[in-house]
Amino acid sequence: MSQSTPAIELIGIDKRFGAVHANRNINLTVAKGSIHGIIGENGAGKSTLMSILYGFYHADAGEIRVDGKTVTIKDSQAAIGVGIGMVHQHFMLVENFTVLENVVLGAEGGLLLAKGVSRVRSALKQLSEDYQLEVDPDAVIEELPVGLQQRVEILKAMVRGAEILILDEPTGVLTPAEADHLFKVLRVLRDQGKTIILITHKLREIMAITDTVSVMRRGEMVATRKTAETTVEELAELMVGRRVLLHVQKGAAHPGAVALSVKNLTVKDSRGVTMVDNVSFDVRAGEIVGIAGVAGNGQSELLEAIAGIRKPVSGTITINGQEVSTRTDPGLLRDLGLAHIPEDRHHMGLVLKFEEYENSILGYHKDDKYLSGPFLDLDAIQEDAKAKIEKYDIRPPNCRLKTANFSGGNQQKIVVAREIERDPKVLIIGQPTRGVDIGAIEFIHRRIVEMRDAGKAILLVSVELDEIRSLSDRILVMFAGHVVGEKTPDTGEQTLGLMMAGIAA
Amino acid sequence: MTLTDFLLLLRDSIPGGVRLAIPLIFTALAGLFSERSGIFDIGLEGKMLASAFAAACVAFVSGSPWLGLGAGILTSMLISLLHGFASITNRGNQIVSGVAINFMASGLTAVLGQAWFGQGGRTPQLANEARFEPWEWPGLEAMDQIPVLGWIYRFIISGQNSLTYLAFLAVPISWWVLYRTRFGLRLRAVGENPAAVDTAGISVTFLRYRAVLCAGFLCGFAGAYLSIAQSAAFIKEMSAGKGYIALAALIFAKWKPVPVLGACLLFGYLDSVAIRLQGKSLPGVGEVPVQIFQALPYILTVVLLAGFIGVANPPKAGGVAYTKER
Repeated sequence: MSQSTPAIELIGIDKRFGAVHANRNINLTVAKGSIHGIIGENGAGKSTLMSILYGFYHADAGEIRVDGKTVTIKDSQAAIGVGIGMVHQHFMLVENFTVLENVVLGAEGGLLLAKGVSRVRSALKQLSEDYQLEVDPDAVIEELPVGLQQRVEILKAMVRGAEILILDEPTGVLTPAEADHLFKVLRVLRDQGKTIILITHKLREIMAITDTVSVMRRGEMVATRKTAETTVEELAELMVGRRVLLHVQKGAAHPGAVALSVKNLTVKDSRGVTMVDNVSFDVRAGEIVGIAGVAGNGQSELLEAIAGIRKPVSGTITINGQEVSTRTDPGLLRDLGLAHIPEDRHHMGLVLKFEEYENSILGYHKDDKYLSGPFLDLDAIQEDAKAKIEKYDIRPPNCRLKTANFSGGNQQKIVVAREIERDPKVLIIGQPTRGVDIGAIEFIHRRIVEMRDAGKAILLVSVELDEIRSLSDRILVMFAGHVVGEKTPDTGEQTLGLMMAGIAA
Repeated sequence: MTLTDFLLLLRDSIPGGVRLAIPLIFTALAGLFSERSGIFDIGLEGKMLASAFAAACVAFVSGSPWLGLGAGILTSMLISLLHGFASITNRGNQIVSGVAINFMASGLTAVLGQAWFGQGGRTPQLANEARFEPWEWPGLEAMDQIPVLGWIYRFIISGQNSLTYLAFLAVPISWWVLYRTRFGLRLRAVGENPAAVDTAGISVTFLRYRAVLCAGFLCGFAGAYLSIAQSAAFIKEMSAGKGYIALAALIFAKWKPVPVLGACLLFGYLDSVAIRLQGKSLPGVGEVPVQIFQALPYILTVVLLAGFIGVANPPKAGGVAYTKER
């Protein structure tokens, strides 16, 4: 790295949202031509800081220097003007537009389109040659795989002349192979003199790709390290503020009788597309079966079918010897001992406007212990909620607080507590730690292993390959609605990655 | 009625169908601009009615149809601004705002009309010079020699007023604006994913305001057509649900300008046939209630929405106010 003027200097950036102090006196220096990682838990203030840099928010105090010059970034246009480009976590693309139209949008260069379109077309050609960023300019976005959609986002920034590229959680939606390719592209960009800021909560990525890493915790910048001189353990400790066990501690599984059995199951989604195609597998009591796969390969529909939310087209589902596949009655399934931790806690797991105690019994409100006569027994429910808060360390410990006001990790703990405390026989779990801090991840993983050791059958779906590998006793890989293979958890990441991409079986 | 009579009736309904389609074309294009930008516009009906009233009043006072048209456009654009203020600036519910506009227009035009002219909500009859009158094209007799073409020339191409020709011109112009200009690209984008527009450094608010103003502009023509071209006065509730038919046409045309023309002509024609069929019996069927023909546009649209004739995908961000997040 050169000793020249840094690409970006943030000096004393401070930002409050009401009572929340999102950024406290942040100082950050990013060297030109480097890949600089910013790591921290959810709510640590990474995204806020980058939004300030990209002109989405205005800092209450502080100074931004780009190439040594103090700049005021009042909106995204101004950020683009000083050469800052951003690839958002949720792509900012118009799905029914072509690649070309998306790149042209906002960079038309005149009232009419024709000239801008042909200029951008040749710019895209040039960029694909210079940086290995090939993509068909006339393809429609919604027909492209996510990896290519992300590439379009990068191209958008490049066409606008970005010298500094901010990527917010770029690998969340990518297959391992796509992520590797992204990293290759980022290295090429860096070697050509671009500066890259990478926001992530994945420690592995930080170690793999960055030159320098800064750690944020509760709105403060707590440390900046040369990546080569730090370790995963040190970074995790800096992020959480205490020592963290990164690897799940678990003994061997002792599988018993089959508790959940799926035979020749076929499920279609609401558009009528076959998402699960003739899938069969068993889950035994006392084991964790993990389903690996890139999001959108049928895992969600499989979970929904087993949970009784979506009616399968054909095939059978058997829970503890009783066939349930023709029923779509989640209540009945719960009575059979099935519990479901849904993939998306906001849409399925919780009613965010309810108070915590109401969510802590959601779906179990007809249990005798929560009723007094035909009415809900609010005292009993709140006592029960308080006990769960204590046991699962849900913070803040207030069962009368609106659920929306809990952090993602604590919301997830509310769901986990509700489903696990019912003492189910079969537990199906979707994305147990999506958007959850490492501290809470550690806790949730431990609970899942405890459930296994207590002889429960557990089906785990996750797009985090690390999570699947560290928790599962057996791994099934799903691709395009099929189970393409079964592997043991010590199978290499590369092998699984290829299977997830449908390349090897 | 014999079969020949019926076929003749079908043919003779064509010119009337074109005339009835004109306000639909303007209004559906208005809805197109608004809805493609993500702002649902159920208030097309009200804007049309208010513009018809304003056009009739000003044309009566000034004696000029063009001033009348200007007043209609201005009124309609002001109402669009109101809709914008409610649904863009204040992020209100777009349907509620549109329904409120319809009620307001229906009540205000009647009340103001009665207060100013005292004719039960009507405006005074306009002199011919104060209206858009049909243009007679040259060489009608000569063209009559040619079969079919001569008929088309006499009854469809000739004998229309300026606004009709403008309506047919408005379709390619709208297409060109939407697909060939920067404004059109941004407008289509903001109706699909406003966040993409925002992060590209473009103001979502300003863009949507311009889109609803386009809608107001076009709706103004529709209103003026009703009161100072098709008729010679404003009559209470004279828009008579055309705003809703235009919305149906817009959906039927899948929010695309050229199909909008086709859908409006079809719906106008059905209306024209219905008028002529009143009280007549169909060969082999007997008398058919006119209501069936009047309901056809809606029935066709429902059939389309149910997925029998392709899929109508509305703009993704339609109806949702944009809030910046994260």
